[in-house]
Amino acid sequence: MLEMQNVVKIYRTDLIETHALRDFNLRVAEGEFVAVTGPSGSGKTTFLNVAGLLEGFESGTYRLDGKNIGELDDDARSRTRNQKIGFIFQSFNLIPDLDVFDNIDVPLRYRGFSAIDRRRRIIRVLEMVGLASRAKHVPAQLSGGQQQRVAIARALAGEPRFLLADEPTGNLDSLMARQIMDLLEEINARGTTVVMVTHDPELAHRAHRNVHVMDGQVTDFLTLELSRGAGPLPAGLPAAAGRAAHGRPDPIIA
Amino acid sequence: MFRYYCRLALMSMQRTPAITALMVAAIAVGIAVCTITLTVYHLMSANPIQDRNDVLYAVTLDSWDPERPWDESRPTLAPSELTYRDATAILAAGRADRTAIMRKAGFTLESSPAIKPFLVEARLTTGDFFPMFAVPFEYGGGWDRNADRDAPPVVVLSKKTNDTAFGGQNSVGKIIKLDSREYRVIGVLKNWEPTPKFYDLNNGHYDSIEDVYVPFALGARLQLQPSGNVNCWKPEGINGFAQFLNSECIWNQVWVELSAPQKLAQFQDYLNGYVMHEKSLGRFPRPLNNHLYTAKQWLDVNEVVAKDNRVLMGLAFMFLAVCVLNVIGLLLAKFLGLAKVTALRRALGASRRQLFEQHLVEVGMIGLTGGVLGLALAALGLLGLRRLYENYDRLTHLDLAVALLALAISVAAGAIAGIYPAWRVCRVPPSTYLRT
Repeated sequence: MLEMQNVVKIYRTDLIETHALRDFNLRVAEGEFVAVTGPSGSGKTTFLNVAGLLEGFESGTYRLDGKNIGELDDDARSRTRNQKIGFIFQSFNLIPDLDVFDNIDVPLRYRGFSAIDRRRRIIRVLEMVGLASRAKHVPAQLSGGQQQRVAIARALAGEPRFLLADEPTGNLDSLMARQIMDLLEEINARGTTVVMVTHDPELAHRAHRNVHVMDGQVTDFLTLELSRGAGPLPAGLPAAAGRAAHGRPDPIIA
Repeated sequence: MFRYYCRLALMSMQRTPAITALMVAAIAVGIAVCTITLTVYHLMSANPIQDRNDVLYAVTLDSWDPERPWDESRPTLAPSELTYRDATAILAAGRADRTAIMRKAGFTLESSPAIKPFLVEARLTTGDFFPMFAVPFEYGGGWDRNADRDAPPVVVLSKKTNDTAFGGQNSVGKIIKLDSREYRVIGVLKNWEPTPKFYDLNNGHYDSIEDVYVPFALGARLQLQPSGNVNCWKPEGINGFAQFLNSECIWNQVWVELSAPQKLAQFQDYLNGYVMHEKSLGRFPRPLNNHLYTAKQWLDVNEVVAKDNRVLMGLAFMFLAVCVLNVIGLLLAKFLGLAKVTALRRALGASRRQLFEQHLVEVGMIGLTGGVLGLALAALGLLGLRRLYENYDRLTHLDLAVALLALAISVAAGAIAGIYPAWRVCRVPPSTYLRT
């Protein structure tokens, strides 16, 4: 599904160069639920931006669903993003002027679906996230959890094969966070590949696999079976058990 | 997607009402200034006889002072009017398909005891005047060439005069008095306001048409004093009307209709031959300098549209450009202020082209709104001009062509103002604005 090999991403200013990703290697199989963890500034969000085609990269290879992303022009990247990728952001990123229905409609418009098809899809995803009765509400009239559900509905409406979530529960209380995680698990169970960046070890523990990023590189892995068996990981050390179980694994694991 | 973009544009305009109002106002003021200038220029520079431009010619002969030209700033220019002798000689020669010689006079008109006598301006002309200039008639018609020769007391009334004298009724066959002499009404014109008044640019480029029309030959028979400009260069002892008619003073306008290019050449030869003959009699002391001008050329030669008007047009469009520059700044501030939403749309799959189109639709709508408001301001401005300068009433009416042009300019101005800001905002990296 997603395969990055030796991907390098550098942010440059007149004075400094910041190597955000250094020889970044990761493979995510179709249907996986992967949690990406790591301290602030480790490169998690940069990875997510590169994976979501929001940013380019300097070198290396990135293949998404068989396509070599490095060879795509801007229009093709937009199309790929629109058709294959769904985004969920920490701060929801709903358009404040649009109501719930129209927010979910945005990616569908760019996809070129007919009005009937768009309506059908929007109603379906709203029912899935339990907000069918809030279609005409604007974001300001919703709670944080409801807004995140709308964002998830928007990400899902186009039936993407790949869902990228950047701290999806970061702005929510623990109860709402659990509900959102339940929803992500349900989405994953239906076949959508999910990659989630999080600081929260408890949430990371619910993924099939944890990927720890440090200084722009994948440093450790922890598979679902091991992590579930080991219980919650200590904060800031999500990969310790994995390292104990596997030693120093090849960072590319299918 | 266009309807979707329009909806987004309306929402965006409502979201930032103050900036939107400033942009609309900037375009509106620019468009209003341009529209007012354009309206006046458009009407000033129009050729009201465009359809017959290639067959009608104004005749000029250089019978002026040998010591100095008619127009010292343009020494090759012949006088714009002719002497009575030359005008009637051209008519008598009958070399053109049609010939209209003409001059102005003034009368007091009496129609019935119930209506007070009133002053009227008259055009003394030949019968060809009406068909040559496609003058429209409400009732009756003009006179024939026999009347040019015999000068019967017949008159054609303008619509305004007929409305005043006969309440707009068909007055053909009725008798009116001009300076106490009886004339039979043979025709009444429809509304006809050639602007500029191309056939006589010597007496006010934008004057209204005359109130009554009578045969040219009546002028000599009744010794009617000319009104309007009479220019003389030669010290002549003029004693009596007959000597005035034979003088070198100029006050007559001459137009001919020549339906084919070879006729134009033949007529030019005739004019040169006529002047050479007159030179042999001691007239026309200046070098041969005869010209035939189409109506368009005639309007240009007489500088109906002064250079100042063109400069004013340029200034008006420069003012619009300044307004557009201000709008560019405001749009940049607005679009970059909303860059997060644009970045989000990019993240959700919009291409740069789609976002560029969306933003252009918005600036097009701002331009159109500014254009509509600008037209309203222009209408008010023109109304003010009409109040200030009643003589220019006909030059200050907003016409459909100018209104449509103004709307097109406003949309174009909006689009031009929006290209750079829209391009800029579409280039912002989405990740910069979507970091959490």
